[in-house]
Amino acid sequence: MPAEKADRPELAQALEALTGRFAASVLSGAVDRGELAVRLTKDALVPVLRFLKDEAGFNAFEDLVVFDELNASLGGGARFTVIYRLYMFPGALRARLTVGVGEGESLPSAVPCYRSADWAEREAFDMFGIRFEGRPDLRRIYMPDDFDGHPLRKDFPLAGRTRGL
Amino acid sequence: MIDPLEKTPFILARADEFITWAQKNSLWPFGSGLACCAIEMIATAAARYDIARFGMELFRASPRQADLFIVAGTVTNKMAPVLRRLWDQMPDPKWALAMGNCAIGGGPFPTYSVLQGVDRIIPVDVHVAGCPPTPQGLIHGLMILQEKIARSRPTKEILNPDARRKS
Repeated sequence: MPAEKADRPELAQALEALTGRFAASVLSGAVDRGELAVRLTKDALVPVLRFLKDEAGFNAFEDLVVFDELNASLGGGARFTVIYRLYMFPGALRARLTVGVGEGESLPSAVPCYRSADWAEREAFDMFGIRFEGRPDLRRIYMPDDFDGHPLRKDFPLAGRTRGL
Repeated sequence: MIDPLEKTPFILARADEFITWAQKNSLWPFGSGLACCAIEMIATAAARYDIARFGMELFRASPRQADLFIVAGTVTNKMAPVLRRLWDQMPDPKWALAMGNCAIGGGPFPTYSVLQGVDRIIPVDVHVAGCPPTPQGLIHGLMILQEKIARSRPTKEILNPDARRKS
């Protein structure tokens, strides 16, 4: 990451506005390695996405990343960590929002805000079994429709449960 | 004017040998390029290796016009029903060639998403090992298949349709 991006004032301004407005929901926030990095609770996810899109100018949804932290969840933490990556152009600025979600819990969908989150959420559902509320057509995107299980979960056997057909 | 029979050239041959000679030298492949093996299959068809020397240059886009199914590449479980359907659409007599380690037995993907060998869904006549096999390897496999066809007895099926192989 080029060093000059860390000095971009837009990120610090966006962070200040974000932490001011959603003080109760933002667990931590920083400008880290030239990106806006915010950890927040899942109830504020959609309002924060709307804020970043409409007011801070992050006009593109880049990707959605999921970690399965199975060992951490045994100690009582949330099992899955979901990272939303946003992008602003022109300007080439990035933001990442981190949300924890437990097994069996669901997340509010980002699709009403960013339509390009559609396939990313379907992938997260297919591979990790994370459910997204408030969106149409949450079905598998990679695996066959009759597939049993979510293969990128750490407790899913690599070779599969049925050895194929 | 009709020539008298004794002046007309003719060939006397066993029907099996004549039929298999025609079959093995006019195989029309249906290539399913599923991964990198497809590149080698395409190279085999192109000018340098020139599969036309074996009468096999007519790569068909439709399984209904083909009698050799070259499964070139990784077969995923999601793709497997499609391949089986394409195989069922090919008219008899037909042959199948599994090209590459993925098609033979899953290759480097012993995973939940990959079919562990295409012979789980279709009967394979020749396996060509390699990752991917070279064009020479594929041609070798095709020549093995030609030998196999030459050994077959198609008149058995003609004389006794019930003996037609179940695929």
